[in-house]
Amino acid sequence: MPHSTMERLDTDSSAESALLARLRSGDDEAFDVVVRVCGGRMLAVARRMLSCEEDAQDAVQEAFLSAFRSLDRFDGRSRLSTWLHRICVNCCLMRLRTQRRRPERSIDQLLPQFREDGHQEIPARPWKPIEASGIEQLELRDLVRSRIAELPEPYREVLMLRDIEEHSTEETASLLGLTPAAVKTRLHRARQALKTLLDACMIEGTL
Amino acid sequence: MSQHALITCRELIEFLGEYTDKTLSPSQVYEFERHLKVCPSCVAYVEAYQQTIKLGKIALVPSDQPAPVPESLVRAIRAASETHRPSAS
Repeated sequence: MPHSTMERLDTDSSAESALLARLRSGDDEAFDVVVRVCGGRMLAVARRMLSCEEDAQDAVQEAFLSAFRSLDRFDGRSRLSTWLHRICVNCCLMRLRTQRRRPERSIDQLLPQFREDGHQEIPARPWKPIEASGIEQLELRDLVRSRIAELPEPYREVLMLRDIEEHSTEETASLLGLTPAAVKTRLHRARQALKTLLDACMIEGTL
Repeated sequence: MSQHALITCRELIEFLGEYTDKTLSPSQVYEFERHLKVCPSCVAYVEAYQQTIKLGKIALVPSDQPAPVPESLVRAIRAASETHRPSAS
């Protein structure tokens, strides 16, 4: 039932209005429905953004509590699921910022270095094609996830929001309190740094 | 970017994000690709950069099916939210 309800909520604004009215009137069953219907996508987002399952579930819980407190402020200009998704992303970002983080390496160490004449200090070497890398799909996913986790936090969050969650530059800037130009710069550096971290496994001639 | 002198590797890599996101002007794309024709190192860099974006998506992109919400989480949200949500009148 939750999945079909999700489809109905995504496509049928009257179903969403009816659910919203029930939520605002304090209907217990409506709260359970919205958690079951929208919580799956929120949990998937939180799991991608936070490395620990417990943190991911806590962020989803915080997001629902925050949403339930502010139901009166939901103006209906976006879908309920979109509004909840945004709150969930914000809760994940808050959690990332307040977590005590290990000392992070400087992004500069992961960016290409250039000579006076503008050439790279160390010329780039080609990568193996992904399908010919000899790395199993699951192993590859784990490898990339672990390298993304190594990125300094301000870069990791921009990469997650732009390249993975596919928010626009402007949406990402709004979520992070940055200018669009700063988002573009951080995203480019994050991609370059991730490339450097993957070089060791992906350059031709490596295992 | 100059019409005559090739842009440097540093300049090319500086513009790579915008090249990948297709936000460069046609004349900038022309200069960008003119450099790539003569610089195997930058070709390797550009290809690896674009592969990096694909790998990120492969590793983390959401599946179409949302994950089921664990019952324990539903119960926890229900219990914690009782004091925060509107009450039935």
